[in-house]
Amino acid sequence: MLATLNVPSKHLPRSYLYHRHPAPIRVMHWINVVCFIVLFMSGLNIFNAHPALNLGKSSYTNQPPILEMRAVIQNGELRGRTDIFGYEFDTTGVLAVSDNAAGQAVQRGFPTWMTLPSAKWLSMARQWHFFFAWLFVVNGICYIAYSFRIKHIQNDMAPKKAEWSGIWQSIKDHARFRHDPGEAAKRYNILQKLAYISVIFILLPLIILMGWAMSPFLNSIFPGWVDLFGGRQSARTIHFIVAWLLVGFIFIHVSQVIITGMWNNLRSMITGKFKIDNTHESGE
Amino acid sequence: MENANTRRKFFGRVLAGAGALMLAGCDKLSHTEWFTNVLSTGESLSKNAHHLLRNSNSMAQEFTEADLSPDFRSNGTSNPASAAYQAMTTNNFADWALEVGGLVEAPMKFNLAALQAMPSRTQITRHDCVEGWSAIAKWKGTPLHEILALVKPLPSAKFVVFYCADPMEEDGTDLYYESIDMNDAQHAQTILAYALNDKTLPIKNGAPIRLRVERQLGYKQAKYIMKIALVEKLDDIEGGNGGYWEDNGYEWYAGI
Repeated sequence: MLATLNVPSKHLPRSYLYHRHPAPIRVMHWINVVCFIVLFMSGLNIFNAHPALNLGKSSYTNQPPILEMRAVIQNGELRGRTDIFGYEFDTTGVLAVSDNAAGQAVQRGFPTWMTLPSAKWLSMARQWHFFFAWLFVVNGICYIAYSFRIKHIQNDMAPKKAEWSGIWQSIKDHARFRHDPGEAAKRYNILQKLAYISVIFILLPLIILMGWAMSPFLNSIFPGWVDLFGGRQSARTIHFIVAWLLVGFIFIHVSQVIITGMWNNLRSMITGKFKIDNTHESGE
Repeated sequence: MENANTRRKFFGRVLAGAGALMLAGCDKLSHTEWFTNVLSTGESLSKNAHHLLRNSNSMAQEFTEADLSPDFRSNGTSNPASAAYQAMTTNNFADWALEVGGLVEAPMKFNLAALQAMPSRTQITRHDCVEGWSAIAKWKGTPLHEILALVKPLPSAKFVVFYCADPMEEDGTDLYYESIDMNDAQHAQTILAYALNDKTLPIKNGAPIRLRVERQLGYKQAKYIMKIALVEKLDDIEGGNGGYWEDNGYEWYAGI
């Protein structure tokens, strides 16, 4: 909830703290951070058990995988090869071949520092993944319910008609790292709104649905529903791609947090207090 | 600028260090009993949630000939390294007989001809390995419920255990085994398959018979089945978790 202050603009204080995020939102945000990190890293460990992505209902359809990580021996040395859409890359050290805990180069999709557990351990990765998946989904449902109740979604995230025309200006502002630290910082800008809305209502539901699509039992609830997404292997591929899109979102999100005042932003997500600075003229 | 650069490097190192510490902590937790118990509540939640959806006796998706995978991949054991099994292969399993016993009114033995003379079911289904890959194949076999109808399970029977011929250790020990509950055992698509893609089930895929329990992952599809026993509980069998992979950390409920 981004509370509005009923002060006429010419009498605005130079700078002051205001209450930006209510406690439940803050708590749910940080639970989500933990869940996402665990889900992503344990997901990569699960991926490593079969480091290839296919499209279609099965993995064996006479079509090559769209992504595959494999080890080859070249001049007596283990090298990692990653094929993406038929293009081959030598990714030794990071993808396909990297060092295990003992420092030996071994075949593994993603390296130890990106996976949870760090070692190749599918059953344990699944335990982490499914426990935190439940936490993530329950937390997400609570977040959406609460956000609707306090009208956070309706008032702060839903783009208003007038804002669409400002989208080009907003893109230019972002490209120039220009952000208004004054009263405008109380509202999400149009790009921010679109990013949040698409993550909350498109990417996250999609990644959960694609997780369910991989469950043989959930497949049987309405036989054939998985084919709407191209089949189980397509669903696995979409799950993987959306996970990386979310990483992309988080990269931009964290960059924006740093650019627009890291400590102020972090404080607003920890204590709730956000500092509005009216000492710069916005020119608007 | 240089200052900002050093600061950035410093923060980068702090973040990398914190990340490594966190990962090491998570690795430690993975080896503790209390934490893995916490994690396994995820499995219980999923199992219970699926059970709530289960009244319908939902059917796994069936596919068409066009969807068949060119070759049905063999995973795990491809030729059991046991003298007893190898002896059976020499005369095409003529000496093999499936023993069905445990908590039943009428224990019975079935040889391959007897199974093949019983009503059969043919289904084209997708095999989903826990590793992530899938393959589609056509299976023909005897529905398990047909066998259960003959041996008549006692009311106390809660699980069906499948004892297999493939040793999981190089010294010939640790024979593969699996188990399912009565709901899956009575399910229409649960069959003891003796044919794969219109041919006799090959050794690499589990000859003479393998289990198909289509709403669960690949490790439930026990190959090289020698004996079936109906039991009340699983804790006093082998490692006590109801299957070879279950004794090695995998979930008993493999519907996910």
